[in-house]
Amino acid sequence: MNKLSACSSMACGISLQPKMVLASLRVRKQGNGRCTNVPRNVNLEKLQNNYLFPEISKRELQHLEKYPNAKVISLGIGDTTEPIPEQISLSMANYAHALSTADGYRGYGAEQGNQALRKAIAETFYKDVAIKDTEVFVSDGSQCDISRLQLLLGSKVTIAVQDPSFPGYIDSSVIIGQAGNFQDKTGKYQNIEYMQLGPQNNFFPDLTVTPRTDIIFFCSPNNPTGHAATRKQLQHLVEFARDNGSIIIFDSAYAAYISDDSPKSIFEIPGAKEVAIEISSFSKFAGFTGVRLGWTVVPEELLFSGGFPVIHDFNRIVCTCFNGASNIAQAGGLACLSPEGFQAICAVIDYYKENAKILVDTFASLGLEVYGGVSAPYVWVHFPGSKSWNIFAEILEKTHIITVPGSGFGPGGAEYIRISAFGKRKHIIEASWRLEKLFSKGKPLCNCLK
Amino acid sequence: MSLMNNLSTSMISSSSSTFFAPTSFNSRTQSVSVPLKSINIVKCVATPQEQQNAYKTKVSRNANIAKLQAGYLFPEVARRRAAHLLKYPNAQVISLGIGDTTEPIPDVITSAMAKRSHALSTLEGYSGYGAEQGEKALRAALASTFYRNLGIEDDDIFVSDGAKCDISRLQVVFGSNVTMAVQDPSYPAYVDSSVIMGQTGQFQKDVEKYGNIEYMRCTPENGFFPDLSKVARTDIIFFCSPNNPTGAAATREQLTRLVKFAKDNGSIIVYDSAYAMYMSDDNPRSIFEIPGAKEVAIETASFSKYAGFTGVRLGWTVIPKQLLFSDGFPVAKDFNRIVCTCFNGASNIAQAGGLACLSSEGLEAMQEVIGFYKENTKIIVETFNSLGFKVYGGKNAPYVWVHFPGRSSWDVFSEILEKTHIVTTPGSGFGPGGEGFIRVSAFGHRENVLEACRRFKQLYN
Repeated sequence: MNKLSACSSMACGISLQPKMVLASLRVRKQGNGRCTNVPRNVNLEKLQNNYLFPEISKRELQHLEKYPNAKVISLGIGDTTEPIPEQISLSMANYAHALSTADGYRGYGAEQGNQALRKAIAETFYKDVAIKDTEVFVSDGSQCDISRLQLLLGSKVTIAVQDPSFPGYIDSSVIIGQAGNFQDKTGKYQNIEYMQLGPQNNFFPDLTVTPRTDIIFFCSPNNPTGHAATRKQLQHLVEFARDNGSIIIFDSAYAAYISDDSPKSIFEIPGAKEVAIEISSFSKFAGFTGVRLGWTVVPEELLFSGGFPVIHDFNRIVCTCFNGASNIAQAGGLACLSPEGFQAICAVIDYYKENAKILVDTFASLGLEVYGGVSAPYVWVHFPGSKSWNIFAEILEKTHIITVPGSGFGPGGAEYIRISAFGKRKHIIEASWRLEKLFSKGKPLCNCLK
Repeated sequence: MSLMNNLSTSMISSSSSTFFAPTSFNSRTQSVSVPLKSINIVKCVATPQEQQNAYKTKVSRNANIAKLQAGYLFPEVARRRAAHLLKYPNAQVISLGIGDTTEPIPDVITSAMAKRSHALSTLEGYSGYGAEQGEKALRAALASTFYRNLGIEDDDIFVSDGAKCDISRLQVVFGSNVTMAVQDPSYPAYVDSSVIMGQTGQFQKDVEKYGNIEYMRCTPENGFFPDLSKVARTDIIFFCSPNNPTGAAATREQLTRLVKFAKDNGSIIVYDSAYAMYMSDDNPRSIFEIPGAKEVAIETASFSKYAGFTGVRLGWTVIPKQLLFSDGFPVAKDFNRIVCTCFNGASNIAQAGGLACLSSEGLEAMQEVIGFYKENTKIIVETFNSLGFKVYGGKNAPYVWVHFPGRSSWDVFSEILEKTHIVTTPGSGFGPGGEGFIRVSAFGHRENVLEACRRFKQLYN
């Protein structure tokens, strides 16, 4: 069941978040009722809004209520749309059937993941950089892994994030108690270091002006900017981390979209094993956004300041706070990494990349500043002097296209819009046509400038 | 096809192979098994040696994790089992330790999961991200199956990848500044997640308890229900019924007292109902059967022990709208935020299976499997009774709690393992209140359970 409707002419079942909010407001209005004496977690109070993506869903829902016949095209949440290649879903179906047999039934799996899958991940993605299968932890996805890593690290570490960046890093940091208070003036949390990315620095932070933090979240290819860090840039990053004794959490969820010879793994950089953790996912790689499968690599060489191996503590978290990814999803993962499965997946990725190209060409032809879309399924469009939520609203109102306002990814995204390239080709083409109509009027969008 | 074989051979279930290949490891042990060079095996047991000359980052280790005394209980049991198999490669080990289901999942359920898998390859059937709270139809089915007439609505239910994960997510909601109470003995994830979250003080070796946790002793003397008049107020109270490990099922009267206790103290009960369907007696299966519970309780539950979904991963948590923090803020709202930010929904295929579980055919099939395990439990209870042991539990839960007065439970565990090649779980792994007890789990193929009972009789006669 799709969470969102793409190009649908009727409202359909969508994420329940808005209804949830209404229901809880109703309770509050009725007065105190009977409260417990349990104090609310102050960290959760610090969160400014709903998580970004349910908020986007909510806006889509509201828009559909307003225009029930609108053919909404969702280029907002990066949700995959193309069916999973048959051999992969067949593997999962077979595995499911086998669970009904005496020989094929499996109970609890290893929390760290099925051994064959861990091996396949190590061999497929890390063969040349000597990451062992025992350093690979299979999970139910990066969003969950990020939070488990935060549980591992605790509330007393400091973090740096790219600005803009995937909101899961900041929000999980706030939740765990690292972030300090939100400052309305700057749009930033007090204790978080925001490493600005922009065209002026080629979407790679100026590390010479970046103070030391314990942890550095780094996503490449980047969500939302689409920039894939070069080997040289990542060497600087690893050097920076080594000099500062910091740990990089490298998010390589979009590595399969890389078009040039930019590194696909942080571990391609010498010395990285002593300063980095890598997280990744089958979501955008194999269309597993609903199936739920990902992995985290923690090298044995990565040590806390007292010399204690990080992998030991991560393993403890995985054994205590988690119980393994679904065995059926893992069967699917193994099929993804077979030669035929991998090939089939690459074809789907190429499909999305072609979508991205169409969107990039569209914006470029309109004379807009467009970034990304080459090594990532996201197109990052700059509307200088604008407020991104206003642009978002204008685009939605006038073309019925959902995008994501850049400020949802941090203050560094304030003047940008992220357009995701997942979608059926015909919708991408239709969306491009609508955007061309909107933007080629020659005048700037009204109400969008400050 | 070879892929599936790959997967199968590396995840050999302990139960299916006890009488056969000697090198049959429970998949759990694979993570900690030979070759011993694997650094993970050391990690589950004790603090590894600090590596003096290697490059070290300047990031301090999380002091909370440093408080944990050893590996999580069940990997430790698995480690011991693996070590035992190394010592006796031809032993026919029977696992009555980790509560791992062994019987195949009924067809009606797996067919639904296979169907959903196939559908993911079609245009009409493909779905991407699902609602983080779970698929609507499943939430509705859970509400009507388990909470009909209890005033619990569909959107009070949050589908998850299992109770263990939900416990940690609840801890993340609560944060480090709350106090908690647990039954003693209890499922170790409550205490361990509390330590990780920073709610506790240091482990006190003399009493085997973490500072700042209220341990509510449950013993044969108090009918395995804590004397609430002696329990200090805490913000959160973890309560599992039917109980893991003791098998005790709280009565309506007891739960009414518990709810009153929570109400009087302004506490929140986290009620673990993972074994509710094993209830034989006429005890409440949901805390929400108790009037007033919606204002003081959260309930967590799982498909693991009902549908054999231990590997498939599916559970749920119920948070009533009426449950409020001290400032009036609804707990469900914060839980929803955590679910949206720290989680991304249970696997859609697992959820399709869950929906099939709750069809009338599915429910009937689950009852049959549960009945099978309950019969196992009966056999084990009778065995220990006949040997003159004081035996508890086993009536309303798939666990038998056997008393070995005056003995160290790890010693009894080792003796049983050494002399009968049967894996159990030492009671002290569940808290100091478990010392002197052994938990025998009733999951297993019937012939293994019968064989195990023969061996127990041999050892203890």
